[in-house]
Amino acid sequence: MDIGNSLYLVAPEVFLTVSSLILLLIAAWGGEKSARLVTILSAAALFGASILLMVLAHMPEFKGGVYAFDCQYSMDAFGSSAKFLIYIAAIVSLMIAPRFFQAGGKYRPEYPVLILFACVGMGMMVSATDMMTLYIGLELNSLSAYVLASFIRTDVRSSEAGLKYFVLGALASGMLLFGISLVYGFAGSTSFAVIGETLSGDLSTGPLIGLVLVLSGLAFKISAVPFHMWTPDVYEGAPTPVSTFFASAPKVAAVALTARVIIEAFGGQTSAWQQIIIFVALASIILGAVAAIGQQNIKRLLAYSSINNVGFLLIGLAAGTPEGISAMMFYLAIYVAMTLGSFICVLEMRDKDGRPLESLSSLAGLSQTRPGLAAAFAVFMFSLAGIPPLFGFWGKFLVFDAAVAAGMLPLAVIGIAASVIGAFYYIKVVKIIYFDDPSGEIVATGHKTENGLIALMALFVSPLGYLAIPFMAPITNAAAASLF
Amino acid sequence: MNQLDFPILSLMMGLPMLAAIICLFLNAQAARWLALVTTLVLFGLGVVLWANYDIGGPQWQYVERSDLFGNFAWALGIDGISMMLIMLTVFLMPICIGASWESIQTRVGEYMAAFLFMEVLMIGVFAAQDIFLFYILFEAGLIPMYLIIGIWGGANRIYASYKFFLYTLLGSVVMLIAMLWMVQDAGTSDIPTLLNYDFAPEAQTWLWLAFFASFAVKMPMWPVHTWLPDAHVQAPTAGSVILAGVLLKMGGYGFLRFSLPMFPEASEQFIWLVFGLSMVAVVYTSLVALVQQDMKKLIAYSSVAHMAIVTLGLFAFNRQGIEGAVVVMLSHGLVSGALFLCVGVIYDRLHTREIDRYGGLAINMPKYAILFMLFTMASIGLPGTSGFVGEFLSLVGLYKVNSWVTLVATTGIILGAGYMLYLYRRVAFGELVHEDVKAMPDLSAREMALLAPIAAAVMWMGVYPESFMAPIRGDVGALVARIDRAAPEGDAHLKMGEAKAVTQDEVHGEAH
Repeated sequence: MDIGNSLYLVAPEVFLTVSSLILLLIAAWGGEKSARLVTILSAAALFGASILLMVLAHMPEFKGGVYAFDCQYSMDAFGSSAKFLIYIAAIVSLMIAPRFFQAGGKYRPEYPVLILFACVGMGMMVSATDMMTLYIGLELNSLSAYVLASFIRTDVRSSEAGLKYFVLGALASGMLLFGISLVYGFAGSTSFAVIGETLSGDLSTGPLIGLVLVLSGLAFKISAVPFHMWTPDVYEGAPTPVSTFFASAPKVAAVALTARVIIEAFGGQTSAWQQIIIFVALASIILGAVAAIGQQNIKRLLAYSSINNVGFLLIGLAAGTPEGISAMMFYLAIYVAMTLGSFICVLEMRDKDGRPLESLSSLAGLSQTRPGLAAAFAVFMFSLAGIPPLFGFWGKFLVFDAAVAAGMLPLAVIGIAASVIGAFYYIKVVKIIYFDDPSGEIVATGHKTENGLIALMALFVSPLGYLAIPFMAPITNAAAASLF
Repeated sequence: MNQLDFPILSLMMGLPMLAAIICLFLNAQAARWLALVTTLVLFGLGVVLWANYDIGGPQWQYVERSDLFGNFAWALGIDGISMMLIMLTVFLMPICIGASWESIQTRVGEYMAAFLFMEVLMIGVFAAQDIFLFYILFEAGLIPMYLIIGIWGGANRIYASYKFFLYTLLGSVVMLIAMLWMVQDAGTSDIPTLLNYDFAPEAQTWLWLAFFASFAVKMPMWPVHTWLPDAHVQAPTAGSVILAGVLLKMGGYGFLRFSLPMFPEASEQFIWLVFGLSMVAVVYTSLVALVQQDMKKLIAYSSVAHMAIVTLGLFAFNRQGIEGAVVVMLSHGLVSGALFLCVGVIYDRLHTREIDRYGGLAINMPKYAILFMLFTMASIGLPGTSGFVGEFLSLVGLYKVNSWVTLVATTGIILGAGYMLYLYRRVAFGELVHEDVKAMPDLSAREMALLAPIAAAVMWMGVYPESFMAPIRGDVGALVARIDRAAPEGDAHLKMGEAKAVTQDEVHGEAH
């Protein structure tokens, strides 16, 4: 395949790269004045990339997925659907940012540019079919993320979050790289397809350690237990729009990447990875549920909630079947909506002077001062807990269905029983919002963009979301099918 | 489509849903009226449903189906049992709204919306013909009930609402896994098809246990009943009515619709468990009810005892037992609802549920005393009231299976008479010693309008139960035919005594 054709296949990434470089120049020359313009243009670039993505995905000749750059990159339904989610999450993170940063001081145009670079990295991650592409994509995303976490550099917590994220992220990257080199040493190639062919049959200790290290590095990126420690600190310390971004887009990218590595590179080694994934899934569900109970900070609580949800996502992956991957993708879509929604609700928690509030107690009696916001918050909480008829239930339903179909009944039973523990802290938030007397801390009026986004997400998560199943199911099924 | 040529069941779910959303945006008085009118219209639709129900016709009527959701369908349809339970729901709902007319003054729009949403879910649970649709509606009830208890409940409402939510959720989630397995095994989520699908007996054991976990909590059976007294005591009056009147019936309905016909062998296998727990429940909770100081708690415990009679009747595996159990469910729905309303009436006047604070109400509230007496008697199971019909039939059915269990269960009736009469004596009889009680006015027209229809229904069901039993007869017959292969052998082996041989001598002797 010639280079022109390959470039054609990676059009969304090329487009985003070029746009972000141009925007970087605009930001450099325009300074802080250009912040708003750069944000709008970045959102437009992401929008354009999504359209390119859809055009490419719908071309009949690319239906089954095509490799670019000598099997280093794959343009297929799986990558496209993941990228679509990533772009949506990134656009939302851009829309909510200016108001937040302006309230706390200055909004700088680096924010949208960094988000764009992260998106390029994430696009490469989910389409990578080679360990090198994977690593480069991952690092591009991570480096942008480290800077984003400490974006308010005058704020101690923000700088601390960035530093913590960087140190631990570097450690994880090291583990990942070591794992990759071990796997390369035994398989003789970094290409997923070749690794998959070479490492068949019984796995010797060397590549097994490689597999474990690769999975550990990836577990860090998806913040799964036991590599989750950074998550609450980073989500709490980072500016809220950045936490929103971290909890949504990179999570999609990392989970999708993990799925691709496991299915394409280690697909023949089910017994080796399956027990790791099962352990990680259950540990994440249980720890995410138990550790959240004592939290007083809503962002920390949501961080544990995302750890908890990653556990459920991994149950779909643990099944290792096309149904499981399809369920995982569906869950991801719902998860992104719920996470974006609840983080924007957090963003709405401001006092009279526009300072952000983060403690759970400031939510007290919100239902009497801001009934709409309170209702949306409750919808997201019940949905995250997986209580029907909200749409969050459907994600859990699908992953458990896949687990049961794969014959993993104990996993399903333990997982779903542990979800009840998680329900406790979600309904605790609802209790604070609805049952407690108003604290009156949160200002009574909202912001148009944020309200609109919250309403949109809440509608998707509401029972109306079930009507989307016939449209979304074929997409996730096609995405899953393209991996096998 | 169905005999009415329009999707009446969907309409009955859509209408309150729409009204619930509108209620959120209305002021207090408008929300009250909208909720009342909606529930009355639904009651009217319920009557249409009953009037057009073809007794002896096809098992599933008013069937509608549209494959909206991919993996499962919006499939509704009812048999006689579902119809009677839907009737119970739509009958109690306007009464609940009426009961909240004055006692709820804060956040009325949200309150009415929660109740209307509850109604959607309750009708949906009884009408669902897709197992996943059933699960979604069954579980969804947690959200409005959690809010109703938590926002408008009593002093200890937070604890009660948590306990209610987590208990019932923990019970149900395992059932979902069982449902997923069943659907994968049978290849369909259609309930009528699943009803006639034979699961392997070994699998049935596990499936039965998973369903049991859910329905036993919902029912509630001893020892997982402890959420009920807390929830009842803390819930507002109308919340208690709907909880005791309809939500508890979902457990019994679940046994009837899923556990028995889908896993007959396992049901037989675990009959000892059901009987054992129910026997303990009947005796233990009745004794606990005897010593209660709080009226609502007393009635809550009596509910547990009555529900135990339902499970005993259901697991008798014969027509009398199952028909009796259904009638007990209907009767208990009316009677316990009415008793909670009676408690609500005096609670609204004195703001305490403590029994000792009352006394002598028969003197200054004669109308109230008469109605309260009627419902007390119905709860005890006096012949002529609805309670008698169901309990008698259940026990007859049970007697065919196990006379010892019947013996224990029947003591529940005696104990029931004990605690209910004791309650009535302390509240209604005796001298009017408390000044504030003396000042309490008799029933208002609104309260009369709430209690009188229930009284009429209770008498009707007691005197002419055929109206209520005719629609369920065919369905119980189908159920009995389905589970007959696993029916346990009764312990009483009745034999015709052989006539003593008459000897020649005696004949001869008589001749003399």
